[in-house]
Amino acid sequence: MEILQTAFMQRALIAAVLVGITAPAVGIYLVQRRQALMGDGIGHVAMTGVGLGFLLNSSPVWMATLVSVVGAVTMELIRAYGKTRGDIALAMLFYGGMAGGVLLVNLSDTGSNANLSSYLFGSLSTVSDSDVTSICVLAAFVVLVTVGLRRQLFAVSQDEEFARVTGLPVRALNLLVAVTAAITVTVAMRAVGLLLVSALMVVPVAAAQQISRSFAVTFVLAVVIGTTVTLAGTVTSYYQDVPPGATIVLLAIGAFIALTALAAPLARRRARLAETTAEQCTLEVPGSRTAADEATV
Amino acid sequence: MDPVKEPVISLRGATATLGSRPVLRGIDLTVRRGEVVALLGANGSGKSTAVRSAIGQVPLTGGGIELFGTELKRFRDWARVGYVPQRTTAASGVPATVREVVASGRLSRTKLGLLSKADRAAVARAIELVGLADRAKDSVNALSGGQHQRVLIARALASEPELLIMDEPMAGVDLASQEILAATLREQVAGGATVLLVLHELGPLEPLIDRAVVLRDGCVTHDGPPPKATGQHALPGHDHVHPHSAAEPIRTGLLT
Repeated sequence: MEILQTAFMQRALIAAVLVGITAPAVGIYLVQRRQALMGDGIGHVAMTGVGLGFLLNSSPVWMATLVSVVGAVTMELIRAYGKTRGDIALAMLFYGGMAGGVLLVNLSDTGSNANLSSYLFGSLSTVSDSDVTSICVLAAFVVLVTVGLRRQLFAVSQDEEFARVTGLPVRALNLLVAVTAAITVTVAMRAVGLLLVSALMVVPVAAAQQISRSFAVTFVLAVVIGTTVTLAGTVTSYYQDVPPGATIVLLAIGAFIALTALAAPLARRRARLAETTAEQCTLEVPGSRTAADEATV
Repeated sequence: MDPVKEPVISLRGATATLGSRPVLRGIDLTVRRGEVVALLGANGSGKSTAVRSAIGQVPLTGGGIELFGTELKRFRDWARVGYVPQRTTAASGVPATVREVVASGRLSRTKLGLLSKADRAAVARAIELVGLADRAKDSVNALSGGQHQRVLIARALASEPELLIMDEPMAGVDLASQEILAATLREQVAGGATVLLVLHELGPLEPLIDRAVVLRDGCVTHDGPPPKATGQHALPGHDHVHPHSAAEPIRTGLLT
């Protein structure tokens, strides 16, 4: 396997796998609480962080993490306390973040729009050793939260009011989801880019739930799909000269279409299985005609 | 005479507003251990707000609330309370099985810890109580409206609570499910549970109810034995649905 021998491909593959695991792991809770586009919003806000990183000559990854965590917490607070038109406030945050990023990058000496585009659309082949280290640390945190607290996060995302009455620290858990989502965005930023991050959070989950009936299976399946498409996309981009981020997202959508096509026959099979185990109707409806009645007339 | 049992819920002079509109205008409500109290009233009378304020979901602007003799602000023992919110569905954006949804009701006991064998058994018991044992592994998306309500009630029962608070558990529920819910509730009451429930009409639960509290415009207008088809219930357009007795033949209209 010559692909594994080059150092930049090793780094790219590590980053790809970590993104494939973490993005759907957080995304499932966002989809569950019907905030599928939250990742998109954070991605836009993270732009300002990248711009700030260039302007201050510090690491864009850590700056993006910092700014997107602040942005995600703000979004969560607007959602929780905002009484009037939360969507307008969120829109301001999205566009402000994007515009801020473009402006700051142009103000800096080192940054250019070409640099910016590697964050917008991802650039796996330029992932450095220090990037890999930060991605590993951040991904470990994301996995710890999303798997370790899955029961609690499930309850909070399923029915927030009920979760509050069980005495769970709902506000803290909501903020934790927001922070984890923000961190995931910056983990995935190098692989698929800020504009396509949300796709990896949402599409594998959407694909998995076409054929699953339980949350646990959806979770595992979404992570498997996420990892498969990020790996396949990275390998494809190595052999064919195509951008990895876009390839990964298109593969994920392909998986969604394939599983949707598979869902209908699968549901029919389940129905047939249920039919053989369930008893037929035996209730006699008075007054209804049977074949025997017809014969006596 | 029976010694007076200790109050489990007590609202004293509770006032609350939604926006700028006063919804509760000084409500006194006491539910004692073992009682089954129905909160009745028209839409907008404040009955939902009253129960939601009792569990801290609606902040009061005046008055006080105690649960099990503890000021609500200091109350932490949520495993003693089973809450059934007003919902038409138990589903969310991602598929989940009946067992997964019901298990989330056990979190008031396990908190941030893991599910033990005893916890799993309690979840299975709660599912069995509402007659959904054979559907435990099915997605809640595949259930009927009445079955959704049964899932929500099983979720509240999973923590084995002493107090059940239910907000319109019978809304949109077919008769078969209403009977099952009534039977489930009867078992809980027989086991010593205290129940406060918001109802639109008494229906099949009528024989279980010790006391009815009727609200109108955020004030208590009746507190005593359940009203017999007077007031709210005698109003035109207030439909009562009763099960047909088994002996009654099904009329098709073709022969008459």
